[in-house]
Amino acid sequence: MLHIYCPYCEEYREEEEFRPKGEAHIARPAEPEATSDEAWGDYLFFRKNPRGLHHEQWYHAAGCRKFFNATRDTVSYQILETYKAGQQPTVTAAASGKKVAK
Amino acid sequence: MSDLSIFDLNPAAGAKPESPLAMTRVTVATVASAAKAGVVVREHAFLGHLILRGRASDPAFCAGVEQALGLPLPLKMGPLSRDEARGVSVQWMSPDEWLVIVPAGSEFATEKRLREALSGHYAVMNVSGGQTVLELSGPAVRDVLMKCTPYDVHPGHFPVGKAVSSVFAKSTAIIRRVAEDRWELVIRRSFADYLFRWVLDASEEFGVHVVQ
Repeated sequence: MLHIYCPYCEEYREEEEFRPKGEAHIARPAEPEATSDEAWGDYLFFRKNPRGLHHEQWYHAAGCRKFFNATRDTVSYQILETYKAGQQPTVTAAASGKKVAK
Repeated sequence: MSDLSIFDLNPAAGAKPESPLAMTRVTVATVASAAKAGVVVREHAFLGHLILRGRASDPAFCAGVEQALGLPLPLKMGPLSRDEARGVSVQWMSPDEWLVIVPAGSEFATEKRLREALSGHYAVMNVSGGQTVLELSGPAVRDVLMKCTPYDVHPGHFPVGKAVSSVFAKSTAIIRRVAEDRWELVIRRSFADYLFRWVLDASEEFGVHVVQ
């Protein structure tokens, strides 16, 4: 079981309370009408599947019911940090020197 | 005060209220006296439950709530604002959401007081029909909770006055510790029958007494 720190509850909670919600930091195209079909398809359907650091969204379903972001190593499952929605990660591939396969 | 039209959800006299546990039968062996039981289970039916939403960063909002309820607004997860004598409590549910529990019948008056005291971006919803409160007391309550929830209920981690929302018996419940040996579960109406019977089943080995 993972212990995940909820940045809103400010406490470590059991993994059971959370739901993973996929890749984080996906910006919606500002002008959908002017976006090409390919770019819109990428936005809607295509997600990264890296080996290594991954920034993803989690949902504290049984607790405060807020979305937040987590930086997780997809190889070791280690969660390196969690941060509120709207914030930027401090642990990144560039900062840690880890190579992330695209 | 906004222009919303609000009304009392309680029907006028004549309609018989039924708690979510009205049809639930006790199917475990119980202990006849509360004094000898490890766990005493009691439902506090028909309390007024209000969901309050607003900006915690707005001092006017916090002051308005305190003025309307006579209790400070908890601004972080954990500590429950509670006035046992008046039966009023305010619990942090999420950064912009609080659960206010008031005595039966006073929810409409409380909602009106909140609406008078608050302005701007906020919401008050009466959810009294949607949930109910189970009170568990006795020396074995912590052992029962340990069987039900992954949340750490050790006294060092769960002091008196703490309130959390967590996984409970594969469902969810709000767990509140109101006294040394007394805990409250705020459970959803649709799960009430299941959770009540789960709690009885989990408590049976410690000796359970149900207050009817």
